[in-house]
Amino acid sequence: MFLVYFDYLCKKFREVSLIVFQRMLTEKTIEKLQILAESAKYDVSCSSSGTVRGGKQGMVGNTVGGVGICHSFADDGRCISLLKVMLTNYCMYDCAYCVNRRSNDIRRATLAVHELEEIVMEFYRRNYIEGLFLSSGVVRNPDYTMERLVAIARDLRTVHRFNGYIHLKSIPGASRELMSEAGRYADRMSVNIEIPKEESLKLLAPEKDHQSVFQPMRFIQQGVLENKEDRKRLRHVPRFVPAGQSTQMIVGATAETDRDILHMSSALYGQPTMRRVYYSGYVSVNTYDPRLPVLKQPPLVRENRLYQADWLMRFYQFKVEEIVDEANANLDLEVDPKLAWALRHPEQFPVDINRDEYERILRVPGIGVRSATLIVNSRRFNRITSYHLKKMGVVMKKAKYFITCHELTDGYANPIVGINELHPERLKPLLVSKAQQKKAAEEMQLTLEFLNEESGGNE
Amino acid sequence: MLVYTFDRTLDGLLSAVFDAFSLRQQPEMLVGKGEPLLLFCEEVHEVVTSDDRAGRVWAGLEKRLSRQAVKLLMVSYLSELPELDTPLFHYICKVFRQPEGRTSIERNLSDPDVLAVTNIGRKVIYEQHRMLQFLRFQKAKDGTYLGVVSPDHDVLPLTVAHFRDRFGDQPWLIYDAKRRYGFYYDQQEVTRITFLQEDSLPFDLDSGKLRDDLLSENEKVFQELWRTYFKAICIRERMNPRKQLKDMPRRYWKYMTEKQ
Repeated sequence: MFLVYFDYLCKKFREVSLIVFQRMLTEKTIEKLQILAESAKYDVSCSSSGTVRGGKQGMVGNTVGGVGICHSFADDGRCISLLKVMLTNYCMYDCAYCVNRRSNDIRRATLAVHELEEIVMEFYRRNYIEGLFLSSGVVRNPDYTMERLVAIARDLRTVHRFNGYIHLKSIPGASRELMSEAGRYADRMSVNIEIPKEESLKLLAPEKDHQSVFQPMRFIQQGVLENKEDRKRLRHVPRFVPAGQSTQMIVGATAETDRDILHMSSALYGQPTMRRVYYSGYVSVNTYDPRLPVLKQPPLVRENRLYQADWLMRFYQFKVEEIVDEANANLDLEVDPKLAWALRHPEQFPVDINRDEYERILRVPGIGVRSATLIVNSRRFNRITSYHLKKMGVVMKKAKYFITCHELTDGYANPIVGINELHPERLKPLLVSKAQQKKAAEEMQLTLEFLNEESGGNE
Repeated sequence: MLVYTFDRTLDGLLSAVFDAFSLRQQPEMLVGKGEPLLLFCEEVHEVVTSDDRAGRVWAGLEKRLSRQAVKLLMVSYLSELPELDTPLFHYICKVFRQPEGRTSIERNLSDPDVLAVTNIGRKVIYEQHRMLQFLRFQKAKDGTYLGVVSPDHDVLPLTVAHFRDRFGDQPWLIYDAKRRYGFYYDQQEVTRITFLQEDSLPFDLDSGKLRDDLLSENEKVFQELWRTYFKAICIRERMNPRKQLKDMPRRYWKYMTEKQ
C-alpha cells in the first residue's frame, strides 16, 4: 500500500517537474534565442554539405551530402540550413569589426546546455534544420570556451543520439587535445581568418594574430590526415571532421584589394582539407569606431564578384593570377570575372564548339559546367548549332561573341561578329546592362568614404 | 497523321511503344483517351494497356539504357504533364531503333525528344528536393509527426526513402493535399494511405495545420521559437526579397511554419 502511494508521489513529482522544465524553456528561451541568433548571423557559412552519412539504428538523422539541404530562406535571401547560434555572446575580445565586441552595449545572453540541445533536437525532428552550427564568444580563456562547445557536440551525439550535421567553430588559441576531441563529433570545423593581411588584423583586433588562426587550422588538417592513415589500417575508426574545414574573410572593412583576398583563398584551397572560403561584405555594425569605414550599405556587388572568382578557381580551372594581376588588383564591378578575363584575352577566341576541348569551352562566357558537359556529350552524335546551344541553356547573349559553331562560320549571309571583329572595348558596353552599371557605380561611391587611419573622423 | 490514344499511365505508354513496333507504325502523337483530337487525324489507334507488354518494353529499356537514364524516364513520368507523352514515346522508340554498340542516345541532348524528357525529369527532381527542404512536421499528441504538402508534380513517392532514413525513430505521416494521399511510417514500415472520410480530416487542407486539440503539448512553443529564429537570422541591411522568392517560391509558403 505504501509502495503504491510512493509510486504515485513519484509520478506526480515527475509531472510537476516536467511542467516546470517546459515553462523554463518557453519564457526566457525565446528571448535568448533571438539575441544569440542575431549575434551569430554575421557568420556567413551555413552549408550542410560535404558528408554523406546514412541513418543509423537507434539514432536520429542523416546527412545527405551533395549540395546539402536549405530548409528556408530568410528575408535577406540567405539560406537557412543549420541552426546558427552562439552559445553565449559575452566576449572578452574587442575586435573592431564584430558586433559582440566587449565594448559594445548590446543585450547579452547565454543558452543553457539543456536548452540548446532540446531546441536542436526538436527543430531537427520537425524538419526545420539540417543540424547545428555552434559558435561562441570567448569567455575566460579559449580553452574554457572550446570545452563547452565540445561538451555540447558530445552530448548531442552520445546522449541524444543525434546523427545530423554539426558544424563547430573552433576558438582561436584552443588546445590541440580539445580540437581533436571536437573533430570526432563535428562534421565540419571552421576558424575565421576575417582579415587577409596580418597588419590590418592587428590594427582591428589587437588580441588576435594570424598565428592563432592558422594553428587550429593546422590541427584540424593534421587530424584529418592522420585519421585517413588510420582508416586505411582499421576500417571502423570513426571519421574525423569528414566535411573538412571552412573559413571566412570580411570584405570592405580594411584596405585589402581583391588580389590580396583571392591569393589568400587560393593558398587555402591548396590545403587538402579546406573546402570553402566565404566572403562577407562588411556590414557597418560599429559605426563609431574610427578604424573602420562608414558604409551606407554592405559592398554586395564586390562580394558577389569575389564569389564568382572563387567559383572560377574551384570549378573552372582558373588560376588566381589569371583572375587578378598587378594591373587589375580589384575585380571589375561591372562585368563578372570570367567575362573580364575573356575581354582581356581576345586571342583565345573564338572557340569552336564542335572541335575544341572541354577546358576551352568552359572558358567561354555564358557557358557553365553543366552546358559544357552537355556540349561535349552531344557533339558525338551530330553537329551542335546555336539553336541547340540555346536549348541546352547557354546564355547566347554573351556566348555568341566568343564562339563559332556550324552555321555561324559558313556564309556571307551571316557575317561573323565576334570579339576579334568588334574589339573588347566596343564589346564591353554591349554586355553590361544599365542596371548593372548603376549598381556598380553606387558601390564605387561607397568606397570613397573610407576613413582609414584618420583620427576623429567618425560621425 | 497517325495518332495513338492511351490511358495516360506509364504502362499504357509502354504498351503504345510495343504496338508501334509490332504494327510497324510510327505514330506522330500520343493523346490521352477522351481528349479532343487535332484536326487532320486520319488514323487513330487505341492502345490497350497490358502489363505484360509494358513489362517487356521496360525490361528492354533497362538493358539498353544506364540506370540513371531509366530512373530519369520514370521520374519524368511523375511530372503528370500532358506535354511529356509524345516526347517520352519518341525517346523510347529511338532507344530501340538505335544500332547496337553505339553510344547510348541518352547523352544526345541535341535531340529534341531527349532534351524535353531530360528537362522535365530535372524539373521533377528539383521539386522533390524542395519537398525535402520545405516540408514541415507538426507533432501530434500521440507522437506522430504530420507534414502536409501540395507539390506541382507527384513527387511524394520519391521523398519517402529520405524521410525514412532520416526520421527512422519517429512515426510520421506525409500527406499530399492536392492528390489526397499520403505515406504513413509506424517505425517499422511505410504504407500508402488515403483518408476514407475526407470531410473529417484531423488537419486543415488549406493551411496544413493540425487541429489544436490534437497538437502535442509544447508544439506551439517550438513553432514560436522557430519563427523567432527565422526573423532574427535576417540581416536587415542586406534585404533581398527577390532572391528569397527565387529560392523559395511563394506557392510553398502556405504550409511552412515560419511563413504562416
